[in-house]
Amino acid sequence: MDTTIIQVILSGILVGAVYGLAALGLSLAFGVLKVLNVAHGALIMLGAYATFYMFTLLAIDPYVSMGIVFILLAFFGLLLYALVFRHVIRLDEENRIKNSLLIGFGLILILQTIAVRAFSADERSVITSYASAAWTIGDIRVPLIRLSGLVLAIIAVIILERFLTRTYLGKALRATSEDWATAALTGIDIRRVYFIAFAIATGLAGITGVMIATGFSINPNIGLSWTLKALIVVVLAGLGSMRGTLLGGLILGVAEALSAYYFGGEYREIVGLILFLIILSVRPQGLFGEKHV
Amino acid sequence: MFDWKRWLAPVILLIVIIVLPLVYDDDRILTLAVLTFVIAGLAASWNIVGGFAGQISLGHAAFFGIGSLVTRQLWLGGLPLAVSIIAALLATAAAALLIGYPALRLRGIYFSIGTLALAVAIRITVDNVFPGISALPVADLRDYSLVPRYYLSFGTLLLTIIVSIYLTHSRLGLGMMAVREDEDAARSIGVNIFRYKLAAFMISASLAGLIGSSFAFFHVSYYPSLPFVAEWTFDAIIVTFIGGIGTVAGPLIGAVFFVLVRDVLATNFVHIHLIVFGAIFILVVLLLPGGMMEAWDRFKIWRGRSSKEATISPTPDLSNDS
Repeated sequence: MDTTIIQVILSGILVGAVYGLAALGLSLAFGVLKVLNVAHGALIMLGAYATFYMFTLLAIDPYVSMGIVFILLAFFGLLLYALVFRHVIRLDEENRIKNSLLIGFGLILILQTIAVRAFSADERSVITSYASAAWTIGDIRVPLIRLSGLVLAIIAVIILERFLTRTYLGKALRATSEDWATAALTGIDIRRVYFIAFAIATGLAGITGVMIATGFSINPNIGLSWTLKALIVVVLAGLGSMRGTLLGGLILGVAEALSAYYFGGEYREIVGLILFLIILSVRPQGLFGEKHV
Repeated sequence: MFDWKRWLAPVILLIVIIVLPLVYDDDRILTLAVLTFVIAGLAASWNIVGGFAGQISLGHAAFFGIGSLVTRQLWLGGLPLAVSIIAALLATAAAALLIGYPALRLRGIYFSIGTLALAVAIRITVDNVFPGISALPVADLRDYSLVPRYYLSFGTLLLTIIVSIYLTHSRLGLGMMAVREDEDAARSIGVNIFRYKLAAFMISASLAGLIGSSFAFFHVSYYPSLPFVAEWTFDAIIVTFIGGIGTVAGPLIGAVFFVLVRDVLATNFVHIHLIVFGAIFILVVLLLPGGMMEAWDRFKIWRGRSSKEATISPTPDLSNDS
């Protein structure tokens, strides 16, 4: 294999890590709450702007502000949950998903419009002093910022998996996602579980936003395309496994990078979408939808 | 018995709309009217698949776009407008069959995100294949008149309304509603749910394509990918929900409300109408699933009760049929 291909695959993996990160929160909320928050991408956008303004106005390094952004977005998620999503939880599963989807589109509209007014529609990105730093191994170049995205995604997966398997709260989350009624009968406070799962999901959107602000460019309208990427990854990977979600992101990233290399950059988006449609048609309920059979 | 009271207001409105451009030829009003017809037509056609058959398609803009693209290319290529529109209608119907057949095998949410993904893929492809702006030749600009645009977009809307009314009274439409209410129950009593879903999807998409044709005829210059943008789908869904999903009048009332509020707000605060509609939309989904139509029905019941007039039926749509 010549080095160009290795370089293409490597960049695909590094971009794919961010796709995986974007999908983690969406997958968690969908798995536990059965709420499909299509406004996830808009929350990512807000996280990216929080990073941008902390960097330009307060000179806080993105890797430092990451913790603040996580907390900010987690609180924003709690607010959204208390105001809006709490009301769909009462519905049966099918209507819960459908109504959360519709509400998500309403939220995208609101958040996007507020973002255009507050932050202007200009393209922005966080350019740190180390923005162009890279490792070169032979002919292969590894941009450090993108590499940190992969490392961060792996760390996030490890922490989440530990949390879900080792702590009481994590086990309660998994029990609730399996069967909320039985979970409630065993004494799990499922309202608290829903609250926390949603906050972690939006917090993860914030962290994804940090990576996008540093490694990509941002504008108020990026939300829908990131939601779509996260949805593709969730469908590719299935629910329940955090490392599976990250792997799904890497697969999408590499598939896009290879198609951009062979067919030209303007078709990179389409390959992911077609991959997605093929998987959806092979498993009509989606890879994770087994309930409705 | 013919219930003339029910038809009086629509007939008067119809006459006003038909006569308006002949007596009052104001460009601003006519443009606003065309935009209302387009939004209303998109909403009413989405309502057939989303409201009657209960399938939340997020790919509606793709068919609006295909109708507009085919019409525009053939018409500017020299074919008569009518031929271009018929060709566009056939192309949209074929695309709807091609997309609907696999997509409708998906259920619920997977159908929704599948159609969204397809629409985005189509939009990107159109953007790549037709990157340039599509403008009318200068010769055509000289005798550009809004009046034929007005009648064409109204005609496509009227056709959508007639099809919707027909569906609420026919076996075909009732089959769609059976699929919406309970798919498994419908299947168990022998309804071929896939056929009804596909019929709803194709009728809805073909009508959206026709509205796309009127959009292509209306615009002096635009990017061919403009009607493919997902915002058209979202506008149609928001308008349908605000007005009242699953009713014939709901999408039309929603569209008038949408265009008027947008027109009033946009002059003072650019884009602020989107926040207003986003909030109303969320409130409707959460609190008033029947939209303005349900609000009106509730108001009638409330008024009837307070004045001790128990004669008003709470659900006129069901009791007044036949």
